[in-house]
Amino acid sequence: MTDSLIAGLTAIVGARWVRHRQAELRTFEGDGLPTHASVPRLVVLPGTRDEVIAVVRALHGAGAPWVARGAGTGLSGGALASDDSVLVVLTRLNRILHLDPVRRRATVEPGVVNARLSEAALPHGLAYAPDPSSQSACTLGGNVAENAGGPHCLKYGVTTNHVVELEVLLPDGSLVTLGSPHGDAWGPDLTGLFVGSEGMFGIALQITLRLSPLPPAIQTLLADFVTVRAASEAVGAIIAAGIVPAALEMMDQECIRAVEASIYAAGYPVDAGAVLLVEVDGQPAAVGAESAQVERLLMQAGARGVRSASTPLERARLWQGRKKAFGAMGRIAPDLVVQDAVVPRSALPDVLERIAEIGRTHGLLVSNVFHAGDGNLHPNISFDHRDQELAKRVHQACREIMAVCVAAGGSITGEHGVGSDKLEYMTLIFDAATLSAMCDVRRVFDPEQRANPRKVVPVHYCREWR
Amino acid sequence: MNDSIFMRLRHTFGESMVERDRDGRPRVVPDSTEGVAELCTLAHANGWRVRVEGQATWMPADAPADVSLTTRGLARIVHVAAADLVATVEAGVSVAELRQELHAAGAWLAIDPPGRPERTIGSVVATGTAGPLRHGLGPVRDHILGGTIVTGDGRVIRAGGSVVKNVAGYDLTKLQVGGFGAFGVVTQVHLRLRALPERRVTLVARGERDLLTHQARALSERQLDASALELFSPALAAEAEWVLALELTGTEAGVEAEATRAMEGAETAWSRLDFEAGTTFWQAAARGALAAPLTFRLGVFADGLDEMLDLLAEKLDTGLVSAGAGQGLLRWSGDASVEALRSVRHLAAEREIPLTLERGPWAVRSAFGHFGAYREGVGRLVSKLRGTFDPDPTFAVAIEGGADD
Repeated sequence: MTDSLIAGLTAIVGARWVRHRQAELRTFEGDGLPTHASVPRLVVLPGTRDEVIAVVRALHGAGAPWVARGAGTGLSGGALASDDSVLVVLTRLNRILHLDPVRRRATVEPGVVNARLSEAALPHGLAYAPDPSSQSACTLGGNVAENAGGPHCLKYGVTTNHVVELEVLLPDGSLVTLGSPHGDAWGPDLTGLFVGSEGMFGIALQITLRLSPLPPAIQTLLADFVTVRAASEAVGAIIAAGIVPAALEMMDQECIRAVEASIYAAGYPVDAGAVLLVEVDGQPAAVGAESAQVERLLMQAGARGVRSASTPLERARLWQGRKKAFGAMGRIAPDLVVQDAVVPRSALPDVLERIAEIGRTHGLLVSNVFHAGDGNLHPNISFDHRDQELAKRVHQACREIMAVCVAAGGSITGEHGVGSDKLEYMTLIFDAATLSAMCDVRRVFDPEQRANPRKVVPVHYCREWR
Repeated sequence: MNDSIFMRLRHTFGESMVERDRDGRPRVVPDSTEGVAELCTLAHANGWRVRVEGQATWMPADAPADVSLTTRGLARIVHVAAADLVATVEAGVSVAELRQELHAAGAWLAIDPPGRPERTIGSVVATGTAGPLRHGLGPVRDHILGGTIVTGDGRVIRAGGSVVKNVAGYDLTKLQVGGFGAFGVVTQVHLRLRALPERRVTLVARGERDLLTHQARALSERQLDASALELFSPALAAEAEWVLALELTGTEAGVEAEATRAMEGAETAWSRLDFEAGTTFWQAAARGALAAPLTFRLGVFADGLDEMLDLLAEKLDTGLVSAGAGQGLLRWSGDASVEALRSVRHLAAEREIPLTLERGPWAVRSAFGHFGAYREGVGRLVSKLRGTFDPDPTFAVAIEGGADD
């Protein structure tokens, strides 16, 4: 069976782009989350739109389950395929097809790397706003599948706010176009429904995105606080003042120390309980006034000091530690679980204290670097996955952290998606009727349920199709 | 038929919750999501057609149905979390009441739908009708974090959540926003709020249409940080000329700096309205559409506005127009035959511009449809989604049209 599938796929893409040897397959076993690994049945890497269509039609014809994958940076186990599934890797579809600077739109293939689009838009004074931390590697197709966020999404919105039109290859091999070049759709908002469907509704073959003008002025401020609680309260004060910073990020002491001990040292004070990185952008007069107001609010909330930067070089220095924080943590332990959850902003201080307690209870090193402005937490647990007893404690701690976030009125994921990792937590936030409706919607797009099987919704909530 | 349904409903819901509308049709006034679900279960089991009504100030409550379901009884502002800038409200809450309540809490829902302030939140969500603030603050979908939906067969679905960032599960909420009630009835929504802006300034310029659209595009190119940049036809603005209106919101320093920038080099002079006059202006503009029986919107870019406005003037008439002069989207209100509407929809589609009927009498809705034709392959998905959320349709909604006219 597998041999005939290999032959069929090879006929479409060529032998070079079909991987079936164990050693080759193992290079696709992860997506950055060390608690999850899975070796696919086969890997196919189509190089053109027509090849993707032919591959999906062949898989449909063979009744083979498959998983679409971009760069594999998702951190949720969402882009992993088990040994019954073919991994369809889309990184070779990496062309920017069209860029219209007047209408501020770009049409791209799914394998275009996020940061490359902003680079291409830069000469026109434009940028693609959503900027996940993995933006130098992650693909726009993956961003659409996961409804990816990033530090600057506080002001500019997440992926769904920037997708206007999608050409979608459905799992049965047929094509549909959702949305419109302007964004207002012919019919209901199926673009909005598709974004964030985690590769279970089909493949976005062509993606038309909104571009945003580059702000003429940017001011970055770094404030250090004795406690996480004081820093959290400063976040609330800034938002309550009606200021919407472009980014509002927090790093706790564990994280600051990891960064400062690494080659990415950014000069953050190592005795601080937490630092806040606040970026204000826009027209110069507004930025000047708002950053002065932010500085006052930070000091009123108990900041020991505020550093401010407006030149690209100085700003890059302040950002360096934040952007490289995950890399810096690699020094602490061989593995790092980057968790993702959301809580109401006002719950931040209490939830962060509870997370620290959970870490202590299980004897784990938990550090936090996250999007404080929208309450999107990233508790990170450093460990060694070869120590099975330790790995069990990590899993238990993750469960408890999710429960705390949900109890505070939050959600189990803000930008990474459910994938495999969060599957067991879906029942914490959704009831049976809602999970069942999600299954029904998935079946509208994929009646055979062969695209990214067994992700997002626990299978036993999927009742029979009417 | 009406009498037996009326008796059944009274027996189930009690006398106080079931009344007759002016045509003698039974009307149920549930005061909870569970009540709505019970009604839908009963209607689905008995094959009754249900039409959903809010205050009926935007969409006429005229769809042929066995039972009316009014959201009037779902009128609670459940929770306002000013510190987190989120709120949970029931579908029957009016925009005006919510605005007032939020104002007292220092918060703001940045949605300014066309129509009367008595319009319900449910109506705004179901029709996805965003006003001029969509320019800087986004369409309706951007302000809805989640909600409770009752399906045509009475299932209760709780989509999304009440936090500002959330990607858990499929985004079922998106289907409801602008779904015209074809995918369920929304009984409660979680809203994303903003802090009440420190300063709001309205500037208006009057003159020839072409000059104003040119001026608006120049402002967009200069990246003027505006919340609204809307063009109004003379009839809608109740003035002798076309009007371009600009709304700036934010901190005092930021707003004043942008107001100064807008004034600089303007070919057509701006006049600044004080706060009261500005509020009155926007409210009058929102109500303007109601002077005509039909409203539709076109998903057109700003640089295509002039061409579309000429085309509308030729095929229909100048109408009551409100158009996004910076980000596009054109809303036309007036009177027109279904045939004329079809011709406009066809000409718009040729230009890759979708036309959505936002309101109109049932005769027009049923013949022309809110959406009309879809792109290839999309109709199949919509029909299956409809079957998922409203099997053997209970709700009287005409999204595709096609009925004899």
